[in-house]
Amino acid sequence: MRRAARFAISAVLVVLASFAMLHLIPGDPVRAAMGPTAPADAVAARRAELGLDRPVLDQLWTYLGKVATGDFGVSALTRQPAGEMVADRLPATLQLVLPAIVVAFAVAVPLGMWTAARTEHGRSPRTELAFSSVTGILTVLPEFLLAVFMIWLFSNRLGWLPPAERSGPSSFVMPVAAMAAGPIALLARYVRLEAVRELSSDYIRLARAKRLPVHRIHLRHLLPNTLTAALTSGGTVLSSLLAGSVVIENVFRWPGLGGAMVDAIVNKDYALAQASILVYGIIALTVVFAVDLLLVALDPRSTLRETG
Amino acid sequence: MRSLPARAGLVLVLATLALAVAGPWVWGDAAARIDPDHIVEGHGSAHFLGTDDAGRDMLARTLAASRLTLELAGLATLLGVVLGVPLGALPAVLPSRAARPVSATISFLVAFPGLLLAMFGAIITGAGARGAVVGIGLAAAPALARVTQTLAASVGAADYVRAARVLGVSRPRILVRHILPNIAEPVILSITAQLGYNLLGLATLSLLGLGVQPLDYDWGRLMHDALPRVQIHPEVIAGPALAVALAGTGFALAGESLARAAARTASPPRGEPRVDLPIGRGPLPGAAVLSVRNLTVGFGAVTPVRDVSFDLAHGELAGLVGESGSGKSLTALAIGGLVPHPGRVLGEIILDGRPLAAHSRRELGTALAMVFQDPMASLNPALRVGSQLAEVATAHQDASRAEAWKRAVDRLGRVHLPEPGVRARQRPHELSGGMRQRAVIAMGLMGTPKLVVADEPTTALDVTVQRRVLDLLAEVNDDTGAAALLISHDLAVVATLCTRVLVMYAGRIVEDLPAADLRRARHPYTRALVASLPDLDTDRSVPLVTVPGRQPSPEEVPPGCAFAPRCPSAAEDCAVRPELVSGVACHHPHEEG
Repeated sequence: MRRAARFAISAVLVVLASFAMLHLIPGDPVRAAMGPTAPADAVAARRAELGLDRPVLDQLWTYLGKVATGDFGVSALTRQPAGEMVADRLPATLQLVLPAIVVAFAVAVPLGMWTAARTEHGRSPRTELAFSSVTGILTVLPEFLLAVFMIWLFSNRLGWLPPAERSGPSSFVMPVAAMAAGPIALLARYVRLEAVRELSSDYIRLARAKRLPVHRIHLRHLLPNTLTAALTSGGTVLSSLLAGSVVIENVFRWPGLGGAMVDAIVNKDYALAQASILVYGIIALTVVFAVDLLLVALDPRSTLRETG
Repeated sequence: MRSLPARAGLVLVLATLALAVAGPWVWGDAAARIDPDHIVEGHGSAHFLGTDDAGRDMLARTLAASRLTLELAGLATLLGVVLGVPLGALPAVLPSRAARPVSATISFLVAFPGLLLAMFGAIITGAGARGAVVGIGLAAAPALARVTQTLAASVGAADYVRAARVLGVSRPRILVRHILPNIAEPVILSITAQLGYNLLGLATLSLLGLGVQPLDYDWGRLMHDALPRVQIHPEVIAGPALAVALAGTGFALAGESLARAAARTASPPRGEPRVDLPIGRGPLPGAAVLSVRNLTVGFGAVTPVRDVSFDLAHGELAGLVGESGSGKSLTALAIGGLVPHPGRVLGEIILDGRPLAAHSRRELGTALAMVFQDPMASLNPALRVGSQLAEVATAHQDASRAEAWKRAVDRLGRVHLPEPGVRARQRPHELSGGMRQRAVIAMGLMGTPKLVVADEPTTALDVTVQRRVLDLLAEVNDDTGAAALLISHDLAVVATLCTRVLVMYAGRIVEDLPAADLRRARHPYTRALVASLPDLDTDRSVPLVTVPGRQPSPEEVPPGCAFAPRCPSAAEDCAVRPELVSGVACHHPHEEG
């Protein structure tokens, strides 16, 4: 319940922020968008179209009503409804983001646990150094650098993968990999840290005293507890992965929402910018909320901790 | 001691700073020079990294762009610091009711992707360097606020800050006098790391065309212009990409790893490389269930368990007593074959006639039961109690799931857990501490235990529950005929339950005697322990006897008798260590009569 309330409050805040955005722009946003040479009556007409000539509270109510029905106004550039443009572009973005999320977890959890098992109690310091150096660099390296490097290596030098644009399945490999790399590194670090802590816990010691097979100790005893920890920090990681998709779409000229949003910002197409930042914000919140729900399902104690 | 990432980061930071100072002076002219003969070219003899669409040298432009890049990152960081650090410090100053909404706000902002915040900022201020700096600065603020808040909270919980609060020092004064000076170093290092992230974030915005606009250029802008050519001339983008990667990761790595080092206390000493000496190779003694011979456990130069030998017979219930640090718990772990990594175990442990290492996993899993101190921690919080018992049967006895579950419920009933069927389906947090410890004991009963090792099984429990768990242990020992070793710091517990008492001091067994003879103990240490026990006959007007001095820690155990410095009967010959002979290791044992 608390989580649902928090989600609702956050969503309202995001909607309000997207509304306030237009009003925070210094000066006259319409004049700025249309340029100093635009005729005054055209500017006034556009203002009326955006509803900017009415009182703020009045505008807010209409805005809320429109958002509820998916009406975000008309794009200044293409004269298409902004809501429609977002709906057109969003699937391509999700096609990248969802596989990247799956890949991130599928790689990070086993990797983190394996490293934890190998480096427990300072065993194999070399593995630990390699792990912390590689993940440390991948965590800070922005996705676009990786993308550029991969394009150079796999397209230019090796010619294995198409350099850009959406085509067959092979065109997904590089964007997804570039998006997932950072989250993998970060998640794997969380998982390892948590797994090392859990490995020295009494219940693992007792499981060892029971002489359970190693795979059973790791999969049945260690994994559920590690997974909860990974998920706790995973929500933020996943929503930052969403933000990374904006850049990746740009580098790979992917026909997703990210490209549309960047164009909208550059061209001061406020209706579209507003709509897309709202959609991104809501998706980010939804991901965090979904992770929260998953946590409750996995670990009933987390609700107790929250309320108690 | 600085880690490799920190050192590499520092080198990169210094190189970037030097470049930012020198770059525009040295390469500024070259970066602006238009070469009409070499427009939009790749790598060549005239231009190592190629040229842009006006024929300007990309290498020179990359080097010259360093200053603007770093300046913008610095400005964004400054904005982030101005907004974030006070916000993070606020909860430490405000009363707790007002502090809560502040921390909730920080949590909300931190969960929101920074790049989206930055774009939000960029929309408001319009695409351009100013917008990018504002956007990235806004995005950096929550992260810095969180770091400040966490650090301030941890310092705020320290005893001296509490003391100041009790003394009535005002909150702002506590912040300025006590908290800020103590968190300054890690916060500054986090800011350094943030500078790296901001540099990367600004490069991202410029790459998207939302940052620096022509005619200015930073590394991100250079990449933005070169990106369409990446297929034909990848080397054109290599310069700025490499520069961004090195500078950004340099700041981030240096800041992060130094901040971590500053926040952490000394790292634990690394043990010596493992010397593999398998447990147990030698003559096999007779009927004893457990024979420990010359057991020595070492960690590096420290040897907490020294030359321990004893036997346990079938059905015997023995107590191992000692102060904390006497090595009794490690002895228990060694018997279980569970000494953690850098530890070296020497000597022999023979269970049921065969060395520990010669037993199969199944045999050990069913014959050896262990109970640890904290029942809150020794059951897996994520699994049902019943399945944690049942897995012993499925893993070692080829039982089907249904069979194993049935047996688990039966064993929970045997340890007198009410409603065992219901309890089995619950998770550990739904059981009380006493019930959990019973469940752990029931776990040992899943097999056919020959030896039960219980390490302080009741220390973490309420006094009222202790007795019942101890009785249960005695009952199990009675019913199954298993030998049991009860490890405790509490001589009273051991004396009432066990038939035999082993007393450990500074890693060695100093006396081995029947529990009934405790009042007639011969070793001065045992006598002192017994004398410190109150009983019904104790004269309450006389203070209880305490043993003066303290037990030497494992690193400082003397070559002679370790108890000699505290011993009333110590003499010159105590400089030579006494062997355990007929139950006592003392040159001057107390003689009856």
